[in-house]
Amino acid sequence: MSNVVLEVNELTTKYVTRFGEDVYAVDHVSLKLEEGKSLGIAGESGCGKSTLALSLMGYYFPPLHYTSGEIIINGTNISKMSPDKVRKLILGREIAYIPQAAMNALNPTQRIINFIEDVFQAHDPNKNKKEIYETARKSFELLGLPAEVLQKYPVELSGGMKQRTVIAISVLLHPKVLIADEPSSALDVTSQKMVIKMLRNLMENGFVKSMIFITHELPLLYNVTDNIMVMYAGQIVEIGTAKETVFDPLHPYAKGLMGSIIVPEEGLRDVKLTAIPGTPPNLKNPPDGCRFAARCKYALPQCKVGSIDLRPAGNGRFYRCIFSEQELREAYKHG
Amino acid sequence: MADEKTLYLRASGLTKAFGFGRWKTVAVDHVDIDLYEGEVVSIVGMSGSGKTTLAKMLLGLIGPTEGEIYFQGKKRDISSRRKKKEYWKNIQAIFQDPFSSYNTFNKIDSVLLDCIHMRDGRKLPYAKKVELMTEACSFVNLKFEELTNKYPFELSGGQMQRLMIARIFLLKPKILLADEPTSMVDACSRATILDELMKLRDEIGMTVIFITHDVGLAYYVSDKVYIMEHGRFVESGTPDEVILHPKETYTRRLINDVPKIYEEWDLSTV
Repeated sequence: MSNVVLEVNELTTKYVTRFGEDVYAVDHVSLKLEEGKSLGIAGESGCGKSTLALSLMGYYFPPLHYTSGEIIINGTNISKMSPDKVRKLILGREIAYIPQAAMNALNPTQRIINFIEDVFQAHDPNKNKKEIYETARKSFELLGLPAEVLQKYPVELSGGMKQRTVIAISVLLHPKVLIADEPSSALDVTSQKMVIKMLRNLMENGFVKSMIFITHELPLLYNVTDNIMVMYAGQIVEIGTAKETVFDPLHPYAKGLMGSIIVPEEGLRDVKLTAIPGTPPNLKNPPDGCRFAARCKYALPQCKVGSIDLRPAGNGRFYRCIFSEQELREAYKHG
Repeated sequence: MADEKTLYLRASGLTKAFGFGRWKTVAVDHVDIDLYEGEVVSIVGMSGSGKTTLAKMLLGLIGPTEGEIYFQGKKRDISSRRKKKEYWKNIQAIFQDPFSSYNTFNKIDSVLLDCIHMRDGRKLPYAKKVELMTEACSFVNLKFEELTNKYPFELSGGQMQRLMIARIFLLKPKILLADEPTSMVDACSRATILDELMKLRDEIGMTVIFITHDVGLAYYVSDKVYIMEHGRFVESGTPDEVILHPKETYTRRLINDVPKIYEEWDLSTV
């Protein structure tokens, strides 16, 4: 049995708008992340992927507020900790985060090494400059980055290099869980591949124990992660292994997402690209029942009442729909 | 195929160099390209291969250092502002960043009204203009009633990009240059945008030039693919030839870098 590194139970977080309205961007999300495994989160923009990532760190600042649920990292419940304590004890050591705009995450007026010194100062003040340099150099070289990068300013680095530097810095303290939020969305394919290779290296070299990878590029997700979780309007709609979710999706939304995959492989030119019509619901007052019902072509009147729970489909796979597996497969067969 | 269709745009020996002497960088190096009516052409290359510079030259935003552009058989003349405007009625563009494609101070109505005015609709009664705008918005599955009196920043990236397509629908240009139209939006809106672009092409029969680094997208939409490296076209042909059976090492590398789902993705070649 592999042990669970990160466990999330019924986590709910909300944004409070300046008009005092509550927007529940993460709604009763539960997940388990085992050691050595990676989890991918897929979904449209605005479905709560990034908010979930921010919430998982337990570091809340307005307008994001914690509502209920718990986050357990390595046996410690961090959901009730004060932000200061979370920052000192958890961030960087237990859980690290690669932001979406990693390009702008570095301080343009500091050399990379000065930034790293600041990082160590906050978490490990006993180290002197020489030790810090040595540690940084070692881990940079292990990750395939030249040591000269340390003496450079961010403007001297290319986009892909900046992204990889940010990743290298975020794993300096060997966190248990790494959250990568769209680490490659602004890069071209070659730099993207380098970033992906580096992320895989991290897992193999034991820099991080497990990883959460957020992106909307499904081919990428399929290649990087073991499990894929599909989110829609703040809820999990399907969770399963990468292979199952991509090739045999159960939930109609997941099915729709897989219809938007474009890969340059033989025969795929004739496949009709299917877009999901409509837009996601406004989370200020989400609809009753299935949140996807308004855009789903298989929706029935009973989809729009009550609340629909995640149902198991064997092998640790779950989906949120009123139909059974057979009914859904039958429906997809007829188009 | 090339014989029956009219030649819209021809560029020969197009070159753009930035800087002089020691600092001279040749962004686009003697490029020849022919664009026929109704064709979808993709230009694929990595960042810094000169794709966008080429697009800007075709659009007339920057002048070429060398080479000529012929539009509908005649040499392109954009020497005065009026002639430039006349040229832009025929060639339009969608840019990569939807957030900076609009004037922040103009409402969406005025964005669309400008397009109607450009198409000699200045004297139309307002009701007619609204009708045209509603038609354009519904073409891209947006509701004009919801957009009116809003500013561009109130829309999402995908919506902005679709509004851009609505603009093209009103302008009905002969050539559309799409410079990475989907790189800033998510995969789901990408499918929507591509669908709408292709629908628009069938509707008004324009030529579309896709500039992209996404090989999958180029494979999916285009009739002809050009691969660009360091300002030159290294390979060209139909998508099946170029993307499934690439000859050049550069093309092979580029295709290898794209994540695959049916084949094994080789990570060792970085």
